[in-house]
Amino acid sequence: MTLWTTVLLASGLAFALKFLGYVVPHQLLDGVVVSRVTAMLPVALLSALVAVQTLTAAGGGLTVDARAAGLAVAVTALLLRAPFLVVVILAAATAATLRALGWG
Amino acid sequence: MRQCLSVGIATGAYGISFGALSVAAGLNLWQTIALSALLFSGASQFAIVGVIAAGGAGAAAVATSSLLAMRNGLYGLQMSRLLGVRGLRRVPAAQLTIDESTAVAIAQPEPAAQRLGFWGTGLAVYVLWNLSTILGAVVGNALGDPKRFGLDAAAPAAFCALLWPRLKSGDTRAVAAVAAVIAIVVAPHAPAGIPVLVAALAAIVAGLLPSRGPRAEDDLDDPGASQDEETLT
Repeated sequence: MTLWTTVLLASGLAFALKFLGYVVPHQLLDGVVVSRVTAMLPVALLSALVAVQTLTAAGGGLTVDARAAGLAVAVTALLLRAPFLVVVILAAATAATLRALGWG
Repeated sequence: MRQCLSVGIATGAYGISFGALSVAAGLNLWQTIALSALLFSGASQFAIVGVIAAGGAGAAAVATSSLLAMRNGLYGLQMSRLLGVRGLRRVPAAQLTIDESTAVAIAQPEPAAQRLGFWGTGLAVYVLWNLSTILGAVVGNALGDPKRFGLDAAAPAAFCALLWPRLKSGDTRAVAAVAAVIAIVVAPHAPAGIPVLVAALAAIVAGLLPSRGPRAEDDLDDPGASQDEETLT
């Protein structure tokens, strides 16, 4: 799949899913189970993305490097209620500084 | 309207990081712009870029993005009741159905303010998200090697910040922990992008189990209360 196919296919599906909410009969998707799964999906996916992108090396093996230090700083910033951009910049700056010092 | 604008401006910050991460992942400027203009759902866009950056297949990127976009369908269900849109107006309404517009709309006390909140926030976020994406992509292109500036650490930090406001109940924290463990266990044995999809099973299982403590849909209805300080994408 080329990058353009990925971009356009994902965009089309995302729009279809949004539009679906406006056209399906309300009863069809309104069950408690459906709303619970839909509420939990972002939590599971985002958490898995954090774990994989922090702790896996290029081949899929596990590793602890400058990214883990960046994430630790990000979590600290979130605990201190820092805004989104500050969290992201602090994480990047931490990893960049550690690498400049020759670690990770 | 002030609420709409402030949410729009806060979201602009995400747009800058999205643009920079997208070009760092190997998407070109136009592909990055297309994602913000056409897909227009932050978490899905970050996920696509994340899977591509990790060397994952396009199909895995599309699947992860679409699983995340399922909640937009649920928002659409709520919004179609509040907005009462018919015919072709459902097309722009659907495109603007995101966390922020839904959160502002359902936080309003009466129908007129709900409609204004939805359209105002949706349009403000759409314009600022797309402008800041272009800015981020141009700046990201100028930076060069993403690792030197720690951009590969910026991606998980961005996901973590998106996840943070959703961790209010014990249920969601348990799902987050289980999903992270599943992804890490699967990662060495599967192509990039697949571990995250396997981890999504944690959400499906949790959704099928009987709820304990605060119910999951409370998390969905809650963002309106806190959207001034933390926007959910």
